[in-house]
Amino acid sequence: MKPAPFDYVAPRSLDEVLEVLAERPDDAKVLAGGQSLIPLLNFRLAQPTLLVDVNRLPGLDGVAVASDGELRLGALARQGRLERDPHVAERAPLLAAALPHVAHPQIRNRGTLGGSLAHADPAAELPAVALALDARLRLARRGGERWVAARDFFRGLFATALEPGELLVEVALPPPPPRSGFAFLEVARRHGDYALAGVAAAVTLDERGVCRRARLVLLAVGDAPVDAGVAAAALAGGPLDVERIAEAARHAAESEIDPVGDIHASADFKRHLIRVLAARALAAARLRAEAA
Amino acid sequence: MSGARRLAVRAEINGRAVAREVEPRRLLSDFLRHDLGLTGTHVGCEHGVCGACTVLLDGEPVRSCLLLAVQADGHAVETVEALGGEQGALGPLQEAFRRAHALQCGFCTPGILTTITAFLREHAEPTEAEVRRALSGNLCRCTGYQHIVDAVLAAARSRRDG
Repeated sequence: MKPAPFDYVAPRSLDEVLEVLAERPDDAKVLAGGQSLIPLLNFRLAQPTLLVDVNRLPGLDGVAVASDGELRLGALARQGRLERDPHVAERAPLLAAALPHVAHPQIRNRGTLGGSLAHADPAAELPAVALALDARLRLARRGGERWVAARDFFRGLFATALEPGELLVEVALPPPPPRSGFAFLEVARRHGDYALAGVAAAVTLDERGVCRRARLVLLAVGDAPVDAGVAAAALAGGPLDVERIAEAARHAAESEIDPVGDIHASADFKRHLIRVLAARALAAARLRAEAA
Repeated sequence: MSGARRLAVRAEINGRAVAREVEPRRLLSDFLRHDLGLTGTHVGCEHGVCGACTVLLDGEPVRSCLLLAVQADGHAVETVEALGGEQGALGPLQEAFRRAHALQCGFCTPGILTTITAFLREHAEPTEAEVRRALSGNLCRCTGYQHIVDAVLAAARSRRDG
């Protein structure tokens, strides 16, 4: 199928983009990598009257390390480029681990970090990673900008804190604390398909190997990435042994999600996957934290 | 309606400068096939899953059904038509596919050839696992992939052996 007609602009400056978005807040749609939007246009599930192509904006695809050690990623950074970036591998290993699960290499060559976050598909990998890493997102609008924490950004099914007229321009990831480890696991029917269920885990140990902090974020089992905060909080203050990990995974699967079954996986099966994946991810994250 | 306003596309397609005017909604895949007559690029699912329409944009494999033609303005595109040899002969990768029986109906083949062309530029000595990963974004419903993997490994060997 083919897209319905639309107007198209591809501004060369951020100010121009923000001007257009401010003037046409209700009918303008931002085109970044287009790997989710163009399928929606092709199927006419989306029929915007104006596409604002941001691919010609200079300087919005950078990877930089700030003086405080924060990793600053431009919203237009392509997923494939981030997958190969040494700064990402060193400072955001959870993101590096998740990226190969995002669709296929051809898609990642176009798909952007910011586009995936702004699209907010509940089965997508990158929103879960942003939440697990306590990312901050910079949203620009005509005449100003604001920073929003990932936990306040994802609001529900394809819904975010982005207001009409706003553009996601940058993602900041805090440096991992010492003795931290990460793991990303998902199950999909075929590699590259959307996950039936997935888990992003991050743990930080103290000098004695006791868990100081754990994060467990679940994808494809709710309207948005699910922060299994109760299960993760219960891990702090004790060793990350098999029993405590199993209990956290069980709690996350039984009490912190309410998955909806579909043709590919029943709700029970999704709970089972979360329990197994969460336990494996936490154990793998612990091993990496011990080795860090 | 205003969406019918046509925009200029100036791009390098298979090494040749091309200038056309298109509707903004024109997909790159349809631009190649309908406006330029380059029907080697096949259109399967039109939502990025099957990989049949894969072309090289500035050397990188991308789905041409998930790009607008206007987005190719100022860029270089290579399609399967660029992969042949002199005077209609098969290129080395195509020849390896023919020898290994790596295609049956051939619908997926153009997208696989473009994908693998980029892959072999970066992987001179690929392992079988790497080849399978590289093929993960291209569906083939005929071959079961084994002969495609064989062909890619053979093509990599003959590239190395010159």
